[in-house]
Amino acid sequence: MATPSSPYEEMMKGLWRDNPVFVQVLGMCPMLAVTNTAVNALAMGLATLFVLVGSSFLVSVMRSLIPKQVRISSYIIIIATFVTIIDYSLLAVFPKIHKELGAFIPLITANCLILGRQEAFASRNSVGYAVMDAIGMSVGFLFALLALGSVREILGEGALFGFNLFGPNFEPWIIMILPPGGFLTLGLILLFFNWITEKRKQAQIEYQLAEERAS
Amino acid sequence: MTDAALQNFLWIFISALLVNNFVLAYFLGLCPFLGVSGKLETSVRLGGATTFVLIITAICAWALNTYILPHAPYLRLISFIVVIASTVQFIEMLIKKLSPSLFRSLGIFLPLITTNCAILGLAIFATNREYGLLESFIYALGAGGGFTLALVLMAGIREETELTDVPTLIQGTAFNLIIAGILSMAFMGFAGLFSS
Repeated sequence: MATPSSPYEEMMKGLWRDNPVFVQVLGMCPMLAVTNTAVNALAMGLATLFVLVGSSFLVSVMRSLIPKQVRISSYIIIIATFVTIIDYSLLAVFPKIHKELGAFIPLITANCLILGRQEAFASRNSVGYAVMDAIGMSVGFLFALLALGSVREILGEGALFGFNLFGPNFEPWIIMILPPGGFLTLGLILLFFNWITEKRKQAQIEYQLAEERAS
Repeated sequence: MTDAALQNFLWIFISALLVNNFVLAYFLGLCPFLGVSGKLETSVRLGGATTFVLIITAICAWALNTYILPHAPYLRLISFIVVIASTVQFIEMLIKKLSPSLFRSLGIFLPLITTNCAILGLAIFATNREYGLLESFIYALGAGGGFTLALVLMAGIREETELTDVPTLIQGTAFNLIIAGILSMAFMGFAGLFSS
């Protein structure tokens, strides 16, 4: 399948229009589990970026070598290899973050966003497109993680990236850093996202109507 | 069996089933939780199939961890995912042979069990905690039960809300996530079940 669009467009679509979390609702498990603070969200986003770009590159390079029948298993083994690399690197370089994220680093393997991109994009496109698509998707994922992580940390701890924002008089909303806070915050962010999309659509319709009237 | 061992097993089971519910407290297996929970019938079946895969994976993970992985710890993740993928493939063939009608009703959700992070998560948690064979089995049973419970509760609520007048903006995933948040809050009540 040849794509007529430019690699730049492939990258930009992941950021907003096809945002993996807000629009496609993929990769929810790490999304909710590690976003109790912004730092964890950032670390998780960067780890996912490495895995997605690496495996998209390798899958795209090897796309003519992988037999159709065993493609899913092959993709998963490639992904698991990259996850093992990032798992051991994080353990060596940032042991503290590795401890905080715990079992969720190995669980990147089962992130359906990554397998989805291999199956839907990397296995059908040339290396350049595949890498650009992977970068766009993972930056979009990182953006979503950071949005959720920041909201939860600001409300749940009164801090952002560990810096105290409101002083000692702030009563933290403990529920926000607990599991229910994750579900509720993501639900509300999705609601907000729907609202913006709807507003834009309406503005576009009104603009078209106005143009028709003018002509 | 001594009292302490029995208590330990019961604790592992209840903890995985309610207190540390895989879906509502650990956020594992959210994709089927949000995707498949539209109908009560399907969610019970998917819960059953997932529990079966969980149990087989837990036993395989224990065997791998005891006999093979001490020699090559870096292969942990890769070997687990291969075991899970082949178990799912095996179950798919088995169900297709034994009950074609069940196979048709599960459809695409059957192969998707592979990317259910609850299964990989269970294998990783069980090996991190160094569970023995029986403990792993009970942990898998509790986790599978908890997954099915969450899925069925969610499906029940969604069937009830089908006819209610929900504003268009919040329909779909946003609405389901807020329901899940309230369910998760309810499950937090179980945290007081065990005083450590």
